Amino acid sequence: MKKVNSIFDVIGPIMVGPSSSHTAGAAKLARIARSLCGEEIKKVTFQLHGSFQTTYKGHGTDRALLAGILGLSPSDPGLVNAYELAKEAGLEYEFVKKDLGPVHPNTIKFIITGVSGNITEIVGASIGGGEVLISSLNGISVNFSGNSYTVISIQDDTPGIVSEISRVFAKSGINMATITLSRSARGKEGTMITEIDSAPSEQDLARLRALPHVKKIICYMPVNE
Amino acid sequence: MFNNGNELLKLCQETKLPIWEIAVLDEMESTGADRDDILDKTAQAWETMKGSFADIEGRPTMGGLIGGEAKKLSLMDGEKTLLGSAANTAMQRAMACSQHNAAMGRICAAPTAGSCGIMPAALSTAAERLGLGDEEAIHAVLTAGAIGKIIVTNATVSGAEGGCQAECGSASAMAAAALVEMAGGSPRQALDAAAIALKNIMGLICDPIAGLVESPCAKRNASGAVNAMLSAALALAGIESIVPFDEVVEAMYDVGLEMNSRFRETAKGGIAATPTGQALAERILK
Repeated sequence: MKKVNSIFDVIGPIMVGPSSSHTAGAAKLARIARSLCGEEIKKVTFQLHGSFQTTYKGHGTDRALLAGILGLSPSDPGLVNAYELAKEAGLEYEFVKKDLGPVHPNTIKFIITGVSGNITEIVGASIGGGEVLISSLNGISVNFSGNSYTVISIQDDTPGIVSEISRVFAKSGINMATITLSRSARGKEGTMITEIDSAPSEQDLARLRALPHVKKIICYMPVNE
Repeated sequence: MFNNGNELLKLCQETKLPIWEIAVLDEMESTGADRDDILDKTAQAWETMKGSFADIEGRPTMGGLIGGEAKKLSLMDGEKTLLGSAANTAMQRAMACSQHNAAMGRICAAPTAGSCGIMPAALSTAAERLGLGDEEAIHAVLTAGAIGKIIVTNATVSGAEGGCQAECGSASAMAAAALVEMAGGSPRQALDAAAIALKNIMGLICDPIAGLVESPCAKRNASGAVNAMLSAALALAGIESIVPFDEVVEAMYDVGLEMNSRFRETAKGGIAATPTGQALAERILK
């Protein structure tokens, strides 16, 4: 027996068609990728794996991906006009079919170049019903759904940093739901992903950015239907 | 609060409340949301559903396999058609939704995008025939949601997992129960209607040409909407489902699990694998 939490998992989502996994999920993945980049986007390469390779045009996956990169939500009727919107925004883009190895059949890799020239690489999968999972950020394995407010911090791998970050949340009465901690190597760069129950304020984010050893803070706000 | 039809029925009998009221209480308990928020959110779903069949002409679809069906049906004089105006209207709206979905229009996936035409078509047509307004239709959406929740809990609504019987079959069962409550039938009749609707589509595979949600999906939405209406009509006439709803849901899941993967949304069997289906796929996906 499966647990269905809400009736709106069955009556919904409200989305732009035709496919929850190939359209709505793709738009959601791209929208998350946009916020993980953390700056204005100059260029994006979409590497399409598995079933996306054959049906991406017929399911409007290409438009959904462009729209998400431009910040549109999966229920925005503007999705269908994504090519025009990308042109207006001066966004450079390319779609490449690529085998990404032993990953979920509906996986996409985003290679995003920001206006500063920084490159962000994100891998995520559309896992059905419009739900997604981000599995890699700049080569570091991560695991989050984009359904919660998510704060990603890149920091020095040093003792005490986790408690410093959680203290900032505690001070503002923000409850932490999940924490994932990983690092490239001992004493090198660490990544902490915190899913929290309420939105962090600009002030909270500024406090996090001001912490010693914290190099970068990225915040993802989920779409509210 | 309830995990199956039997438990839902018991709750209705104990509280003397219709299914939709139990659905609201259940949602309050499982998510902590308050009643007004739940009704507001359901109203948004209903507005989206109505919007998804509003465009009779429709835009071109991504795959170009369908388009114009709703327009053709709208040109028929409903009273003089074989099925009469109610079925004609329901088919027209179901196919309008399918085209809207395939043309990247905004829809409510209830329970899935592929079956998104069935609930809007059946519920809106019934509301008009019964002289009911949005409020009753919104309640009916909740009735349908309770049925859908039971199916997801005990089986599946995914075509990739259980074939079209799981997608369009579930949508049709959800709509059938909703129509019974709209027409003033009992919770037991609503569950009977849902059981009948599922039985009528049992075994239907998911075989979309080129893997796209267009053909035969749009016609199956028309068929699913009318199936919901006929199932509700049978139940309202006092015809019972010989096998209870919960057992039918289990049977549907069993059939789905036994289905070869060629028949579960992979576009490798059924209509998709016919010479015509293959030729169309080659043209579209090239």
